[in-house]
Amino acid sequence: MINIWEVNETNKMIEQENLDVRTITLGISLLDCIDSDLQRLNDKIYQKITSVAAKLVETGEEIERNYCIPIVNKRISVTPIALVGQSACRSAEDFVTVARTLDRAAKAVGVNFIGGYSALVSKGMTAGDEYLIRSIPQALAETERVCSSVNVGSTKTGIDMDAVKLMGEIILKTAEYTKENDSLGCAKLVVFCNAPDDNPFMAGAFHGVTEADSIINVGVSGPGVVKKALEQVRGESFEVLCETIKKTAFKITRVGQLVAQEASRRLGIPFGIIDLSLAPTPAVGDSVAEILEEIGLEYAGAPGTTAALALLNDQVKKGGIMASSYVGGLSGAFIPVSEDQGMIDAVEAGALSLEKLEAMTCVCSVGLDMIAIPGEVPASTVSGIIADEMAIGMINQKTTAVRLIPVIGKNIGETVEFGGLLGHAPVMQVNRYGCEAFINRKGRIPAPVHSFKN
Amino acid sequence: MEKNMDRTIITVVGKDTVGIIAKVCTYLSEHHINVLDISQTIVQEFFNMMMIADMKNSDKPFDQCAKDLEVLGEEIGVNIKCQREEIFQRMHRI
Repeated sequence: MINIWEVNETNKMIEQENLDVRTITLGISLLDCIDSDLQRLNDKIYQKITSVAAKLVETGEEIERNYCIPIVNKRISVTPIALVGQSACRSAEDFVTVARTLDRAAKAVGVNFIGGYSALVSKGMTAGDEYLIRSIPQALAETERVCSSVNVGSTKTGIDMDAVKLMGEIILKTAEYTKENDSLGCAKLVVFCNAPDDNPFMAGAFHGVTEADSIINVGVSGPGVVKKALEQVRGESFEVLCETIKKTAFKITRVGQLVAQEASRRLGIPFGIIDLSLAPTPAVGDSVAEILEEIGLEYAGAPGTTAALALLNDQVKKGGIMASSYVGGLSGAFIPVSEDQGMIDAVEAGALSLEKLEAMTCVCSVGLDMIAIPGEVPASTVSGIIADEMAIGMINQKTTAVRLIPVIGKNIGETVEFGGLLGHAPVMQVNRYGCEAFINRKGRIPAPVHSFKN
Repeated sequence: MEKNMDRTIITVVGKDTVGIIAKVCTYLSEHHINVLDISQTIVQEFFNMMMIADMKNSDKPFDQCAKDLEVLGEEIGVNIKCQREEIFQRMHRI
């Protein structure tokens, strides 16, 4: 039987160490909503989302009460809208109507974000894909809860550099459209390489076409729990360090698995995957950077950071994999700057640069995340940063992403405030040398040699 | 209520005072909730009790009991929390 020490340990994790389930994300296929008439398409989308997700929030809250475990977000991901909308949408404006429908549906069922205003263009863009991409700035400015992502490359296809060039311009335009709010629109826009079909985390979640009609994916969290556990093994060997991370990750993931199975059972929707990511929040004691410091670094960004992060990410996976029947999504340590107080401190102390962050993304998921840069950078520089990050993903056969926020009207050293889970961020320095001639080349980067495995 | 989900862990944490266990047990017996196990300890001068209770025959739904016990806790000056047992089983048993 369960004893009092075990009960206390679990409750201490929840009450004092910020253990929570970060998100229950309900993936909904909209393939059966496809229609050549725009009004009918919008009606069907609204109808499907509000019926499938009608009880999502209520069920999530019931599970929270039953186990006294916070489930921070209840969210929805849908089939990439570029696929769903192509036969009805003849312009970027047409696509914006779909974004408004998604926003309306999200508000009706009470979820805080809906992901899937997306296009998958890793090898090339159709006219419809391009309309959707060009509609993103307006769509994100006019809606509140819609999240957008664009997959511009993969290990199998190489990188669509035309899409990379376009996304540099789109990110800047999105920043411009939402400049009254510190360019917040860009916080809802991710550029991917090797985007997974079952990612539950925003802003990059979408319901891939390989998925079932509807599915429950759960993202766990708990950097604070790992940090506390590591405080007990200060100065010990790497073996002890790694074992401690593994055991802690196992416990955290088991809670996620329970919540996922319960949500699946109560909603009558199949369980998809658990995403084993350490996802920080701006709250003190809920930071991945603090884990790195506990491992032995003065600040995140100091020499040794990449190795420490590699170790952390690998042990979290090793511990988590046995705790869940299906693991998927992004599954790695997130290192968003604005959403992690330890990362913010490291940037402000001058310990962490954009280049070091790029190096860190080689060994963890997911990428350059929630990084504020000066709003006056040229579009080609934004595209250059995207291209570098996509290349890391393509060559290493992993997911990489870019969520940059060029803050209009702000410069290096100033701070932007996004509020809530998105936190605040110091505007970071970007390499001032250009790459315009590189970005202006047409076409795509070919798939790497190690993708030819057949 | 589902038959396989009747075991609930009730934790009581707070400043020690006369009659905490009695008041909680009275509530449980009034609502036909059977106590399977009790353990108690003092952690950092705080009263700390854990009960494993079987709510199979409870005349009130889980949410209502949890709320009632929370209110009862406030009256006594302690924190009372009800959680389904699975969260602990999952975390601490393979």
